[in-house]
Amino acid sequence: MRIWFSASVSALMLTIAGLSLAAMFASGQSAAYRAPRTPDGKPNLNGIWQALNTADWDLQGHTAAKGPMPALGAVFAIPPGLGVVEGDEIPYLPAAAAKKKENQANWMKLDPEVKCYLPGVPRATYLPYPFQIVQSPENILMAYEYAGGVRTINMGAPTKAPGDSWMGWSNGRWEGETLVVDVTSQNDQTWFDRAGNFHSDALHVVERYTPRSADTLMYEATIEDPKVFSRPWKISMPLYRHVEKNAKILEYKCVEFAEELLYGPLSKKPGN
Amino acid sequence: MSRRPLLSMAALLAVVIALLAAAPANGQTQSSAPKAPAAKAWTPPHTPDGKPNLQGIWTDNTLTPMERPKGLGAKEFYTDEEIAELTKRARTGSVGEEGDLGAARQQAVRYDLELYGFDPSKLRFSPNKRTSLIIGPEGVVPPMLPQARERNAERAAKEKGHEFDSYAHRPLSERCILMNQERIPMTPGANEGNLLQIVQGPGYVTLVHEIDHSTRVIPTDGRPHVPQSMRLWQGDSVGHWEGNTLVVDTTNFTNLTAYRGSSEKLHLIERFTRTADDMMTYQFTVEDPATWAKPWTAEVVWTKSKGPVYEWACHEGNTMISTILNGARVAEQEAAKKAK
Repeated sequence: MRIWFSASVSALMLTIAGLSLAAMFASGQSAAYRAPRTPDGKPNLNGIWQALNTADWDLQGHTAAKGPMPALGAVFAIPPGLGVVEGDEIPYLPAAAAKKKENQANWMKLDPEVKCYLPGVPRATYLPYPFQIVQSPENILMAYEYAGGVRTINMGAPTKAPGDSWMGWSNGRWEGETLVVDVTSQNDQTWFDRAGNFHSDALHVVERYTPRSADTLMYEATIEDPKVFSRPWKISMPLYRHVEKNAKILEYKCVEFAEELLYGPLSKKPGN
Repeated sequence: MSRRPLLSMAALLAVVIALLAAAPANGQTQSSAPKAPAAKAWTPPHTPDGKPNLQGIWTDNTLTPMERPKGLGAKEFYTDEEIAELTKRARTGSVGEEGDLGAARQQAVRYDLELYGFDPSKLRFSPNKRTSLIIGPEGVVPPMLPQARERNAERAAKEKGHEFDSYAHRPLSERCILMNQERIPMTPGANEGNLLQIVQGPGYVTLVHEIDHSTRVIPTDGRPHVPQSMRLWQGDSVGHWEGNTLVVDTTNFTNLTAYRGSSEKLHLIERFTRTADDMMTYQFTVEDPATWAKPWTAEVVWTKSKGPVYEWACHEGNTMISTILNGARVAEQEAAKKAK
């Protein structure tokens, strides 16, 4: 009797220990988080995700500022942000630093986002629009709401790009809990943000998507471009899952919003 | 009775409970759902979550015209011999009215299609031997209702003389808003170059059309369409599985999408059935009570392609609109000079 009692007590204690261990894991200790699995046993990243930060305004820390169009007042003013660059420094080579300044000064004229051009990687990830991950064993598709951008990440033996493109060429692999995507062959037309941060066609991006809780992912991108930067540098940010019912990537064909800017001056003048 | 087994069982139970609890949020992994019964002898492969696997890179190129050539009457299928003869003729330069070369047909001015990989030796008719993509004894799009003819004529009349006024008057395809080959329903061209990649994840089927990187993420979780007030260039698509067939229902089109003169009441039902390892039947039914007296259905056979699907960035490279508008402005200035 006495032995049975103490056995039950120790069982109970073990259970409590187990439960508190579980609670600890579930409380956001990201290093130990183990994501739910897909039927083929891989971390399940399926879902609609979005960055909740101001990285698209400026990757680096920035205070609030007035927007580019005085007529819009406080609507569309530039929101402040702590920045997403490790160490807050982007290691530009001297000539590139000058070009960045020039880009920033002529942002509205030069930024490909203003023209509704495909955003490239990593900018596609933290534009202020959601994107959806659709995961199969052979390919992982990322569908971006902005401009209907898309890329299919090949999860098989790495393949080579037929040529440079706006969204580049993505080969992926799993490293434990992390999806690692190697992105090459991007053209030199895309930017990193609205602050004029840019790259050349030598850009090489390695992205890491690591589940950190049921509804958040940690996103990291290591950026390498010997024509523009003196060393590789890194950005990181959490991505949040859209949990609302029936969330979906909606049609955002922004071409028609950029046409007046691009082609308006070529329209027939009234009275002509 | 020895107490020892009881004790160790209790301890074991505790460990099991602890282990179970220590695997947080691990409950979403499911074993494969039971497979749907096969309709034919060939059973399609399934995805790890038990759905028919439609994945791969597909091409739909065919010479088979949308509408049946008039001379064929109610003849829905060719014989093997007829197909062989037609194919031989087409590949040696004589397509005839049985085939539709689309953009490759002889025109006064056209692109050099060989630059775009046009290869007459690959021309083919539909492997299902149909005489037209539209099925049924008639094999043609039903006559347009008078109200629809009026609507479209009115729109065309309004545009007349203003085609070059501004970007807004140019066709959607030229503006890279909706290229003809990315439109739904997906209708084929004569040439390979209409690649479509299908990627499936739990609860979704995605279709990536190479042309203008047009991507449809189709939920198959039984959700309703978006509110009717939302009108979209490509409509709103929701899907479900019927045995081995993916059925996709699309509504909410804009009144400017105008598929073959349709209205915003356009209702599209697409059916995707894999019939062999390297073959898919894509069937679509078009319904629009404001345009046609009755629905009509077409069937397109897709075959596997090696790919790769590469990026097609239409808008980013669009110099056409500015060149066309520039040309129109120059012409106007010259006309004004002459008038003086």
